[in-house]
Amino acid sequence: MNALNITDGGGSSSGLSLSVALGSHIDAGGKCFVPYLTGGLPGWQTGVAAAAEAGAQAVEIGIPFSDPVMDGPVIQASSQMALDGGATPVSILDEARSIDVGIPLAVMTYANLVYRFGYERFAHALVSSGISGAILPDIPLEEVGPWADAADGAGVETVMLAAPTADDDRLTRVVERARGFVYTVGLLGITGERESLAATAKVIARRVKALTDKPVLVGVGVSTPAQAVEVCEVADGVVVGSAIVRRIIETGSQEAGGELVAEFVTALARG
Amino acid sequence: MNGSESRQDDGPEGGTNAEPRKIMGEPTGIGRFGDFGGLFVPETLVPALQELDAAFHEAWADRSFRDELDDLLREYAGRPSPLTECQRLGEQLGIRLFLKREDLNHTGSHKINNVLGQALLAKRMGKSRLLAETGAGQHGVATATAAALLDMECLVYMGEVDMARQELNVFRMRLLGAEVTPAVSGSRTLKDAVNEAMRDWVSTVEYSHYCLGSVMGPHPYPYMVREFHRVIGDEAAAQFAERVGGSDANCAELSGLPDVVVACVGGGSNAAGIFSGFAEHPSVELIGVEPAGGAAIGNGVPGIVHGMLSYLKQDEFGQVQEAESISAGLDYPGVGPEHSHLSDIGRARYESVTDDEVIDAFVLLSRTEGIIPALESAHAIAWVAREHEQLKGRSVIVNLSGRGDKDVAQMMDIMGSTLDGHTSAGERPADHSSADANTTGERK
Repeated sequence: MNALNITDGGGSSSGLSLSVALGSHIDAGGKCFVPYLTGGLPGWQTGVAAAAEAGAQAVEIGIPFSDPVMDGPVIQASSQMALDGGATPVSILDEARSIDVGIPLAVMTYANLVYRFGYERFAHALVSSGISGAILPDIPLEEVGPWADAADGAGVETVMLAAPTADDDRLTRVVERARGFVYTVGLLGITGERESLAATAKVIARRVKALTDKPVLVGVGVSTPAQAVEVCEVADGVVVGSAIVRRIIETGSQEAGGELVAEFVTALARG
Repeated sequence: MNGSESRQDDGPEGGTNAEPRKIMGEPTGIGRFGDFGGLFVPETLVPALQELDAAFHEAWADRSFRDELDDLLREYAGRPSPLTECQRLGEQLGIRLFLKREDLNHTGSHKINNVLGQALLAKRMGKSRLLAETGAGQHGVATATAAALLDMECLVYMGEVDMARQELNVFRMRLLGAEVTPAVSGSRTLKDAVNEAMRDWVSTVEYSHYCLGSVMGPHPYPYMVREFHRVIGDEAAAQFAERVGGSDANCAELSGLPDVVVACVGGGSNAAGIFSGFAEHPSVELIGVEPAGGAAIGNGVPGIVHGMLSYLKQDEFGQVQEAESISAGLDYPGVGPEHSHLSDIGRARYESVTDDEVIDAFVLLSRTEGIIPALESAHAIAWVAREHEQLKGRSVIVNLSGRGDKDVAQMMDIMGSTLDGHTSAGERPADHSSADANTTGERK
């Protein structure tokens, strides 16, 4: 795809910030759309470019892990496909260097890949690949210290998850620690598509919004443009993974993911 | 916000005028055994784990809870389990060999100790549903049993591969009223069953209790499960002292302590249970026996999976490698964090045995003592048999963690129903000698 502007590998997206990009879009009255794409699938960088061109405010890039406990069947399958194709954290970060799409990127991966890489080394690798943020769903507040120190030091935004099971005291501490945006878990469960928006989604979004001015995006269980619009009556935006990844896998086309992103973006703009 | 945080600073072992810190005491900080352990779970589960931690501490300090559990262990599970001296095998190996007979517990293994404890606790916490993962099926059967006894719903995740090789236990669980769901991702064994159980728990945490089956996972499981199995070590220590006489603590012969305590290690719950009765006595050697194809401490490096930081078989990028062992119960690429710690501080030693050595030990114990061991427990026997020269003249307790009934069909496949094929290791078909085969770590 032509939007992919190959540079000679210098972290061309660096300098972008999730909080700034999302925050300015919200300030302008918009709702944010952040798709999740599994890194390491064939041509995955094309998918990132397509998502950007379709109007996403940021893109979440999954670095596949062998044991993704927070993920449902679609992301598990796409992760396994990428791993079978030989994807590694190193190859994905290397390939990410060539992405120049003008919106911030974040990685979503699991603790062990980062721990094995080394926290500081990983944080610096993100920066040199032009990646602004990191989402690590199995590193909660209690364990985030060493990683957060490394990430803060390198200028990487650590997105924290806020879940419906937390009391307000805990939510306060979560949003305090969050950088970039607050990833608000819309339901009790793992990633995957649901027929309707869970009743918990707007409730938790409202609770989190009451505690912070940081961008509040709802993810997990947001599957359709209508559901996105519904939850954005409260939230500042959504993260959508399984629906888009399924579309890419079923069609075998990264561009098809971009088309679905466009549907979400259009729906959210209409409100 | 709850007890778990305040305990970081003023726990029973942490106070200034407390006794010296126990080797197998409470973890420090957030579930740390030295550098290992922790709470590496999705945010959704953190409040539930904190609640569980507080509920366990409260229950464990409550006389009525302890009495109720002790009662069940005695009247229902059949505790205390005997300490059997193996006359024939001991003579053959030139050692005094004792077996802690966890195989004689109700449901056929040590697993019932932990399960009765957790099920009572779950009930006390108002949970109506038990979730479990299982490898060989022993923990699943024990959980299904406790659920039937206490009128709770039960769902067990089991790797598809394990369901095939432990068909009998699958039927037992269903007979007991549990639902058994295959884990079809990854290696389709124990590690994947844990993944599925955690995913289920993330969705049903409000009414489900995850009855984790080993001293692994996020805090408080490694600590709590060990405490529920401490009874193994406490009983064994008292039984041994009574048997050999414990009149003189300064004389090795008369100290009332064994020289060596041996247990198999997958996640490591039976080992943690028996070690806890002896860890504070430095003269007692503690040996954990891992399968050669799944030796987390032997071949792994520290990593994070299933909520804990511990030794883990993984590739250079941190992808978890599949374990490969003849025994479904030890087919696990990780190990409980306390074992990683005991290994690092040199208090316990972790060795490994091959599948062939295990098969030999399975037959050896059957024929010399009339006891058919679980394939898991046969790992401990195999180590003792292999190392008997260095053990000569010493007293050894092996934790016989389970009985081998569940393994008989699998062994019949391996050895042939006439046992014609069995003479010694090395003559069996190569495809059963899988212990060294899994070093590439490539994923299917």
